[in-house]
Amino acid sequence: MQHASEACQLIGLGRSYGRGASAHRALDGIDLSIRANEFFTLLGPSGCGKTTLLRLIAGFDQPTSGQISIFGEDVAGLPPEDRPVNTVFQHYALFPHLTVAQNVGFALRMLGSPQSEIAASVARMVALVGLEGMEHRRPDQLSGGQKQRVALARALAPGPKILLLDEPLSALDAKLRQRMRSELKALQRETGITFVFVTHDQDEALAMSDRIAVMQGGRVQQLGRPDEIYEAPANRFVADFIGGANLIPARIGSQGAEAEGLGVIPATGEPGAAVTLVIRPERLAILPATQKAKDDLGPLTVVERIYMGNELSFRLEGAAVPLHVTLPRGGLRGALDFSPGDRVALRPEAGAIRVLAS
Amino acid sequence: MKLHRLLLAPSLGTILIFMALPISLTTLYSVLSPAQYGGVIWQPSAEAYVRLLFERDIFDDTLTFNADYLQILGRSVVQAGLATILCLLIGLPTAWFIATRPAGKKSLWLMLVTVPYWVNLLVRTIALLLILRDEGPVNGALQSLGLTDGPLSLAYNNFAIGLGLVSSFLPFMILPLYAAIERFDFSLLEAAYDLHASRWQAVWSVILPILRPGLIAGGLLVFIPGIGSYLAPDILGGGKTLMLGNLIGMQFQGSRNWPFGAALSTVLMTVTLVALILVARRAAREEA
Repeated sequence: MQHASEACQLIGLGRSYGRGASAHRALDGIDLSIRANEFFTLLGPSGCGKTTLLRLIAGFDQPTSGQISIFGEDVAGLPPEDRPVNTVFQHYALFPHLTVAQNVGFALRMLGSPQSEIAASVARMVALVGLEGMEHRRPDQLSGGQKQRVALARALAPGPKILLLDEPLSALDAKLRQRMRSELKALQRETGITFVFVTHDQDEALAMSDRIAVMQGGRVQQLGRPDEIYEAPANRFVADFIGGANLIPARIGSQGAEAEGLGVIPATGEPGAAVTLVIRPERLAILPATQKAKDDLGPLTVVERIYMGNELSFRLEGAAVPLHVTLPRGGLRGALDFSPGDRVALRPEAGAIRVLAS
Repeated sequence: MKLHRLLLAPSLGTILIFMALPISLTTLYSVLSPAQYGGVIWQPSAEAYVRLLFERDIFDDTLTFNADYLQILGRSVVQAGLATILCLLIGLPTAWFIATRPAGKKSLWLMLVTVPYWVNLLVRTIALLLILRDEGPVNGALQSLGLTDGPLSLAYNNFAIGLGLVSSFLPFMILPLYAAIERFDFSLLEAAYDLHASRWQAVWSVILPILRPGLIAGGLLVFIPGIGSYLAPDILGGGKTLMLGNLIGMQFQGSRNWPFGAALSTVLMTVTLVALILVARRAAREEA
């Protein structure tokens, strides 16, 4: 049956709203197994079903089909209060009439733990998230980051087997978000609890996750480690959603994939088949068209130069779609710079071009 | 600056003429002596307040303690208190229901709550009497179904007065509660369940404490007019069981003892004010 290292197993999970032809399938046959002690991320644009999936695991919503088990136990019909999971809500949902300490101690109080045990747990949790001295404040006296920590401490206090996090960093400003990423990751390692993290932010997902499930249209588009997802996207959607990519239409010819304005790229496939070439903007070297070698792509014309501090980005025309190339600022120290109107060629790194069936 | 103050003039004038002046007059009258056929004579006297607690012997002027009027005050507090509790028990689920309807339907339900109030209070109170009386439809139905032999006495008692108060003031409970529930963040309820609260624990530990301001507002809006209400006890109580409002009315009509009526009014205002201050203070303390 289920392996002991599986924290959460989802089998054929579906959730539809409405009936008949007009039914909307928010989740369409999800099969996933989330491992124990894993930082697992559900990543996708809004409306992809990631939050619905989280709500099904938490028990706020019931699936229309399929099965959820948590550490081997089928949780069908179990209300949220009886599931060994706790949630960090998107807007924290801290109880406004209770102090920090009362918020953190809420779950244990509901479970009827003795006063001394609650006090000990609150002290431990408040220390874990670094909120000592704030115990008697109310939520409206806290900053966004502090509320975030209270929400974390509150959800961890009852000792969940799985912690669900619903876009917990989205309400924070950019700098704080960066810091909370490392803190969350550290917290997960320290507590050894399985984290299921929902986000639409690919940087967040790549930075923190052990594994990522990229979702779109109620289905899992790709499941894998961050590097697998980034380096080897399984389809157009994943390639485009994660990190941004040049998606170039091409057709399989006698010597490889023929792309308009670029040349021939080594690829195998059924002759005549339409394919999509995926190239990350930072895996292309840019050089003057006069230095173009046989396997280089182009020539193309620079139409825009965008200075972004740590990197320099060019938009190029001449292929079927505009291409983007980014160069790290460090690599630019020499004379390697171009202006709009320059004719250039592109030299892809080895293995940088992925060929996907369209 | 000056123009700003001018903007307040109409409301300040209204308050002065229709509130401050009558209250001052009432308080003043309560310490004067009654004229024979109503009105007052300008002769200071504490007699009206003495009469509240003591009965003066007609022959030798000795005072004996008399709890009759205190009982009426007590009955008014109890009736208004019971009506407040009943309004709360009916109003909370109703307000919850309305506030959780889809956005477009809420205003329809709110309008339905106010429909009975398009009819004058006197007419509604008399209608309630006609329903409750021995020959009314309720007793008629009970008897024709064979559930009772004779008519139940539903009218002219405390029960009828209570029913009258509840039906008069229920919207004043529903509307502030609706406003409070409307603002309630339902993710807090999910958070409570997520943190292992049962349904009842969620109600007691999360919903009721957060709705407290609405509960207090609704409670005061029912209790304060309830304690001084006149029509319900007059019509539904048949004048047999007096509440403070009726006693005050009698002093200005039949008995023609204006100072005593004014003294009763002053006591009622004081009781209400003290209750308000106590509630406000407690609320302020719990906020801090």
